[in-house]
Amino acid sequence: MSEATSMPAAPAGTTTPSASPAGTSEAPAQAAAARGPRPYLNPYLAGTLLGVVLFLSFYVTGGGLGASAAMSRVQTGVLDLVAPGHVDRVAYFAEMAGGHRNPWLNSAIWMMVGTILGGATSGLFNGRFKPEFRKGPNITTGTRVVFALLGGAIMGYGARLARGCTSGQALSGGAVLSVGSWAFAMAIFASAYAVAWFVRRLWN
Amino acid sequence: MAPFDMTATFGAVGSALVFGLFGFGFGAVLELGGFGDTRKLAGQFYLRDMTVLKVMFTGIVVAAVLVAGATGLGLLDMSRVWVNPTFLWPGILGGLIMGVGFILGGFCPGTSVVAASTLKIDGALFLLGALAGVWLFGETVGSYETFFISSNMGRFTLPDWLGLPTGVTLVLVVLMALAMFWMGELAEAHWGAGKAWSEIDLRPRGGKALAAGGLALASVVVALIGQPTPARKFELLGEAARKPVEERAIFVHPAEVVALRKDINVQVVTLDLRDEHDFNLFHVGGAYRVDPQALLTPAGLKPVLEAPASTVTFLVGNGEGSALSTWKSLKALGAQNLYVIEGGVNGWLEKYAAPACVAAPDPRGTDQASAADALAWRFGYATGDALPAAWPELPVSHAFRVPCAEPVSVDRGGHEGITWPAYTFEKKVKLQSKAAVKGGCG
Repeated sequence: MSEATSMPAAPAGTTTPSASPAGTSEAPAQAAAARGPRPYLNPYLAGTLLGVVLFLSFYVTGGGLGASAAMSRVQTGVLDLVAPGHVDRVAYFAEMAGGHRNPWLNSAIWMMVGTILGGATSGLFNGRFKPEFRKGPNITTGTRVVFALLGGAIMGYGARLARGCTSGQALSGGAVLSVGSWAFAMAIFASAYAVAWFVRRLWN
Repeated sequence: MAPFDMTATFGAVGSALVFGLFGFGFGAVLELGGFGDTRKLAGQFYLRDMTVLKVMFTGIVVAAVLVAGATGLGLLDMSRVWVNPTFLWPGILGGLIMGVGFILGGFCPGTSVVAASTLKIDGALFLLGALAGVWLFGETVGSYETFFISSNMGRFTLPDWLGLPTGVTLVLVVLMALAMFWMGELAEAHWGAGKAWSEIDLRPRGGKALAAGGLALASVVVALIGQPTPARKFELLGEAARKPVEERAIFVHPAEVVALRKDINVQVVTLDLRDEHDFNLFHVGGAYRVDPQALLTPAGLKPVLEAPASTVTFLVGNGEGSALSTWKSLKALGAQNLYVIEGGVNGWLEKYAAPACVAAPDPRGTDQASAADALAWRFGYATGDALPAAWPELPVSHAFRVPCAEPVSVDRGGHEGITWPAYTFEKKVKLQSKAAVKGGCG
């Protein structure tokens, strides 16, 4: 993956305008931003760290990592503010937020908050915390917007049907050797590879 | 033994912080690995950049080795670890749908959160789309609920499926992952770096070879350590698990069993652990005969572990010995609402006696017979559960056989007029539902 396919106009080494102006406080983050993004960690090392975090999560909490449950709860929580009656009538939402149930006070939400903070912190210290818009080199911004929204919606739908996303089902379930999680992981890869050729213009 | 009861150990705020901490590690590692960059993720599917495969499967196998190692050493109680239940076809269809979303949108839910957290606008848009997707799912799943809950295989792991020990399965999984990494490296060299196939060095070298060897070795060590037997696991559970046995809180008076069978809110299952001979001579009404060894196999365990929370399961032997050791094993494997009938079948027959013309007491006496887990009565013929003593709650039943010299008469409806003593007993059965440990996608 070369930086030539990078969308943002700002070349490596310059800070984007919306990043906070250079100051003497927050020195490491600012210095990192000024140097430009650092290279990513060796994938095997990152994977090992991911495995250790996942194991510790199993060891302490008895459960793995995940993201889509929190999404479902955020969505249900918002819907509960707008249309509480509707939430009470649809079984799938009522399970999370029916009546006096609070969809927000849930371990999945805490984990999601942590994930956001963790991602932002790592980005901050590695010069990657800046507004950017990334896409394949041969499509317009509008196309990317449409496909990001569409892909997200399809992904969100599938994640709930499969009772988990890539992290909660494939990663966490895979580590405890669940048959369904392995079948699910194979299905994602198989389907993405099968479709990739047809939509190659999006990314190449 | 780990895992911990979160709110009891850390408090409500503390456990929120712990979950947040693991989320923090998760987000940071994903960001460090490059999962916040959509082009890196999409590159996976054009074989240019195999980061997704490498990070994800390294994470899976490293965690799998650590989890199996920890359970092998008796540090982690696997029965209380959340294993995603297998709903095979909804899972596969969901995966196929997600694959399409992945290649169109360039993220998966977790990575879009990380991308958004570092202000990547496309990641935030994907996240917004995903929220719409989960909403749409909630609105529509009601129309095909039967499919959504179909092919439920419960807690079903690769070792169960393959019939192999956990450690051996683990070695195979690690070897498979290493093979995938090797192929991934070759693909990256060819399609990513643009090398011709002839120029690519096929042998893994240096640090990579060393790390691969280390991982494979670790999985072999875990396989050699093996997993503790259920009886050993019960010992490892320690004081908290032994206490109910020492206080006899798990031994339930026959009269309480009878009372529960009359309770329509409770489903009573009685598992008779004796051999077929004794079982045919007499057993508690409605009991199923199971072999204690077969009960501990995955197929035997399934109905016990996945019984609804309103089910109370009683184990019964002739005495208490075999029932207690089976109780310990099942408890170590995570069974809930599991009890032993006090005194076994011998104790039962002392409270609810078989007619003297059918069964004569063993001259050794009940205590000695029970100590040897032997039946303390000598039955003239096999009665199964057709004696009134098997069903003390039923005053009359057409299924009862009239014993001894009296002729069998359907019209008489068995033994009218038998009244059993009203026993007083200490209530011991407390219905508990399984602690709701759920994964990130619960």
